[in-house]
Amino acid sequence: MLMTASLLCGLVFGAGLLISGMVQPTKVLAFLDIFGAWDPSLAIVMIAALTVSIPGFMLAKRRSRPLFAAKSLWPTKSKIDQPLILGATLFGIGWGLVGLCPGPALESLATLSPRLFVFVASMSGGMLLESIWRRSRPLPQRERDLANVADG
Amino acid sequence: MAHFTPISAAIGGGLIGLSAVMLMLLTGRIAGISGIFGGVLDFSGDDKGWRIAFIAGLILAPLIAGVMGHQMPSPGMPASWSIIIIAGLLVGFGTRLGGGCTSGHGICGVARLSSRSVAATAIFMLAAIATVAITRHVFGV
Repeated sequence: MLMTASLLCGLVFGAGLLISGMVQPTKVLAFLDIFGAWDPSLAIVMIAALTVSIPGFMLAKRRSRPLFAAKSLWPTKSKIDQPLILGATLFGIGWGLVGLCPGPALESLATLSPRLFVFVASMSGGMLLESIWRRSRPLPQRERDLANVADG
Repeated sequence: MAHFTPISAAIGGGLIGLSAVMLMLLTGRIAGISGIFGGVLDFSGDDKGWRIAFIAGLILAPLIAGVMGHQMPSPGMPASWSIIIIAGLLVGFGTRLGGGCTSGHGICGVARLSSRSVAATAIFMLAAIATVAITRHVFGV
């Protein structure tokens, strides 16, 4: 049931990206281009998503456990640290260069576009490099365990 | 604001939020795509099944839409292969280092009212806006 539920959630997420037009990098870049012909659609996508997810998460937090798993894995980190700031900056630059973030990039593999395959391969390479780099740093075990927990 | 599409944006955004809430209520997981995909790539990581299922759903969505007669338009990508590769590396490295992307921080994290995610979202938005401003309006790409 965990797998079926997860597949269904992926389908709904994909439908959302598709309907909102956010799978199209040119539409994302039009939102980011505030000094050009600005298209505020992405802001509406965010507001609509939050309108559903804020009350939805409040409800989820009140439940003792999810339907098909033993417990809810809420992110535990709260400190705004250096990796967060540096990581978000690097991601923002990459996002601004092409207009693709991980969700639309993976979904767009369905178009079989060679450029998308190269982007996803590079993105995977970047993720692997980050995990190698993180493992190579001399950190106390406790901090290392904490560093492995993603926010999302 | 020539191509502003508020209605489809609101419907699509609502579905993205719904998916995040469903994933939490049903499986107890956060719908952060970089975290989900990064966990599939991680050598040591277990718990891969639900991650692969979610990504399969994500890729199946446009295929199902295509069968229903709504062909997904081909994504507009830069001509330069080196820009595509550099951007991919930055997106992969940055989202993992920063602990999330547009979905994990921008939607799920902000919805949890996490100050970390609000900060990350503000930073990657500003960095992306600055990048577009420089590439389009300074270098005129």
